[in-house]
Amino acid sequence: MAKTIYLDNGATTALDPKVDETIKNAPYGNPASTHSIGIEAKRALEEARHVIAKSIKAKDNEIIFTSGGTESNNLAIKGLAFADNKKHIITTKIEHNCVLNACKWLETQEFKVTYLDTDKEGFISLEELEKAITEDTFLVSIIHGNNEIGTIQDLKQIYNICKKHNVIFHTDACQSYTKTDLSAKHADLITLNAHKIHGPKGVGALYIRKGIKITPLAHGGNHEEGLRSGTVNVPGIVGFAKAVQIAKKRHVRYMAKLRDYMIKEILKIPKTQLNGPEKNRLCNNINISFRYIEGESLGSFLDAKGICTSTGSACSSHSLEPSHVLMALEDNHERAHGSIRFTLSKYTKKEDIDYTLAEIKKTVKKLRRLSPLARV
Amino acid sequence: MYSKKVLQRFQKPKFAKKMKDPSSKGKVGNTKCGDIMEIFIKVKTDKNGDEIIKDISFLTYGCVAAIASTDYLCEIAKGKTLEKALKITSKDVVKKMGSVPAIKLHCSVLAQKALKEAIEEYKNKKEK
Repeated sequence: MAKTIYLDNGATTALDPKVDETIKNAPYGNPASTHSIGIEAKRALEEARHVIAKSIKAKDNEIIFTSGGTESNNLAIKGLAFADNKKHIITTKIEHNCVLNACKWLETQEFKVTYLDTDKEGFISLEELEKAITEDTFLVSIIHGNNEIGTIQDLKQIYNICKKHNVIFHTDACQSYTKTDLSAKHADLITLNAHKIHGPKGVGALYIRKGIKITPLAHGGNHEEGLRSGTVNVPGIVGFAKAVQIAKKRHVRYMAKLRDYMIKEILKIPKTQLNGPEKNRLCNNINISFRYIEGESLGSFLDAKGICTSTGSACSSHSLEPSHVLMALEDNHERAHGSIRFTLSKYTKKEDIDYTLAEIKKTVKKLRRLSPLARV
Repeated sequence: MYSKKVLQRFQKPKFAKKMKDPSSKGKVGNTKCGDIMEIFIKVKTDKNGDEIIKDISFLTYGCVAAIASTDYLCEIAKGKTLEKALKITSKDVVKKMGSVPAIKLHCSVLAQKALKEAIEEYKNKKEK
C-alpha cells in the first residue's frame, strides 16, 4: 500500500505537531495545589481557559473543561434536567448519539422529549420548534454543524425563539468549532471539543452562560466550579487551547474550496446524490449516496487503496441499523446504505482528492457491475 | 474487523458476474436489510444421470461479508449434484471463509437461501 489518505476527520483528526509540542512542555502540577508547581499549572490552565472563552466571545468563568464532547453534552442535558423542575426537552432527530441517548435515558426518568424532524437537507423548522415549546419545556438542544451531513443550523434564530419563551438553548458544536463563527451570544450552553480540531483526545469544554444552574454528574473535590470534579487534565487543556490558537480562517476557506471541488466531481458520476445542503454546510464535509451499491463495500475498496472514509450503511454499524441522520432526511434505506462520508482537514491535498476521485470512479463502476439492483 | 482472507476474496471474487442463459436463478433479500443476493446456475446431467451444477455465478448488493460469502458458496456448490448443493449450510460457508464477525453471520445465510431458491426454481421449471 502506498500512502494513507485520511478523509475521516469528522471522526477524529491527527494531532498538530505544534499541539504535541505544547502538551509535552505543559506543567505537570495539580492546579489545586498551593505550592509553586501547582500555581504554575493553575496559571497555564487559566490561560487556556481564556483562549477558549475568547474564541467564542464568552467570559473565562463561563468555560468548564471536561473529557470531551460526550461528557459536555451529558453535563449540559442531564445537569440541567436535574437542576430544573420542568420535564420537557426539545431536540432533533439528527443529533449525535450522545445527545439522543442522554435524552432517551431521561425519558426513562419521567422526562418528555420532542425529537424535531428536519427538511431534506437537515435543517429544522423554526416554526415547528416554536410550536413544540410548552410551559414544561426547560431545554432546547440542537446540534450546530451536523457530523454526518454537515448541515449548519442558524443558532441566532433558534436562540431568539428560545429566549422569547424563556427556554435554555444548548448546542453541540463539536464539528463546527473553529470552522464557523461560533459565538456565545447565540446559545446558553455550547459543547466544544479538542480532537476534531487537531487537538488531543479526551479534552472538551462546556460553555455555561453565567447564571445558569447545572447539577454536576461527577461529585468530588469541587474542581471546575464544582461542576466537574476530578484532577484537571492540564496538559490536554493547554493542548486544546493551542489547537484553537492555530486554527485559522484560511484553513476553513481552503477546506471549503476542496469540498466544493470534490462534490462537483463526484456528482458527475451517474446516480449519485449529495446528502445535506450545498450552502450552510461544514467546510470539510462531503456526504454522497451512490445508488445500487452499499457503502461498506465501497469504503473497504477505498481502504485497500489507503483512503480512509466512513459510511452511514447499516452494514458497518454495530446495531445493523442505517444512519439515523440519513433516515431522518428521507425514509430511504438504499440512500443510507449507499452513503459515504469524506471529511477533510487542513492537511488534505488536492492531489489526494484527485487520487480518491479516480479510485471512487473505478470502484463504483466495479460494484455496480456486481449489483443485481440495476444496470448502469 | 474482517480477516485478510475475507477481504482478499471480496476484492477479487471468482464468481461475481451475470450469467447468460442460466438454467435458473434465485434472488433473496431487500434494500431495507441492506443485502440482495442473486444466484444463477447452469444445470447439466452427467454420465451417471445425476444433475449437477455445471456453472454458477452471482450478483450482490451488499457489504464485504455478503460478497465474500456468496463467492465462497458458489465455490462450494460448483460441480455438486443438486441434492448435495441443497445440503450446503451457512456453516459450510463460514468454515470456508475462516473467521467472520458474529454480526455478519446472517450474510452467509442469505447466500445459501438464494442458492436454494435457484435450485427449487429449476426443479419447478422441469416439472412443468
